[in-house]
Amino acid sequence: MKRIVAICGQGVGTSAILKVNAERALDRLGIRASVSASDVASVGTAAANAQVILTSPELVESIGKTNADVVVIDNYFDVGEIERKLEDALG
Amino acid sequence: MPLPEPPDAAVELGAHAADWRAAVRLAGEALVRSGAVSPMYTERMINVVDEFGAYIVIAPGLALAHARPGRDVKADGLAVVTLAEPVRFGHPHNDPVSVVVGLAVRGADAHVSHVAELANIFNDPAAIPALASATSADEVRRIFRKGA
Repeated sequence: MKRIVAICGQGVGTSAILKVNAERALDRLGIRASVSASDVASVGTAAANAQVILTSPELVESIGKTNADVVVIDNYFDVGEIERKLEDALG
Repeated sequence: MPLPEPPDAAVELGAHAADWRAAVRLAGEALVRSGAVSPMYTERMINVVDEFGAYIVIAPGLALAHARPGRDVKADGLAVVTLAEPVRFGHPHNDPVSVVVGLAVRGADAHVSHVAELANIFNDPAAIPALASATSADEVRRIFRKGA
């Protein structure tokens, strides 16, 4: 199963919103994947086996080098935006 | 556990903030007034933006000011501050911010259920403009209960 990690500054709050809405987007797409939420400081371990990292444009630099696709979400409440970007990344 | 409703003390409408720091501080003071947090929590919410940038601006016009659970959180709480003049946080797409939602939770488990509820409310694109133009705390609570 594909793995997706939502990353925010602290691993509580905004990454959890992103996780909830990413799960809704995956449902719409009919894609089975696990979504977890984590913070920037632990992105190395949290995203070690992930295909996709979902995050804010503000955090891309802090995430640094990774083998996962870093997908930037502007509006965390726009499930349509998340759906389009996940489809591109996973499709 | 449902998302706590913001009491009157935690709602400030049409506030004036010179910059993002002042805007987050208003949300922190609203949480302090309602008894959810001690003033240290406000400083921690500001530190988050100093450290990581404007990522708390998660949708156009909306900042979710929050910090990790800690001893400065006395109860789960939600605060809503709307700004008479929107301020820039430094987000490339979602600035300027006219609504600051302050969130404090005592434990990570509560966090997960609360943010799921926030997603239910704010996935409606009408919710942020409705909050920004709300004229009473009752109206704010109605939007959180029933949506825009």
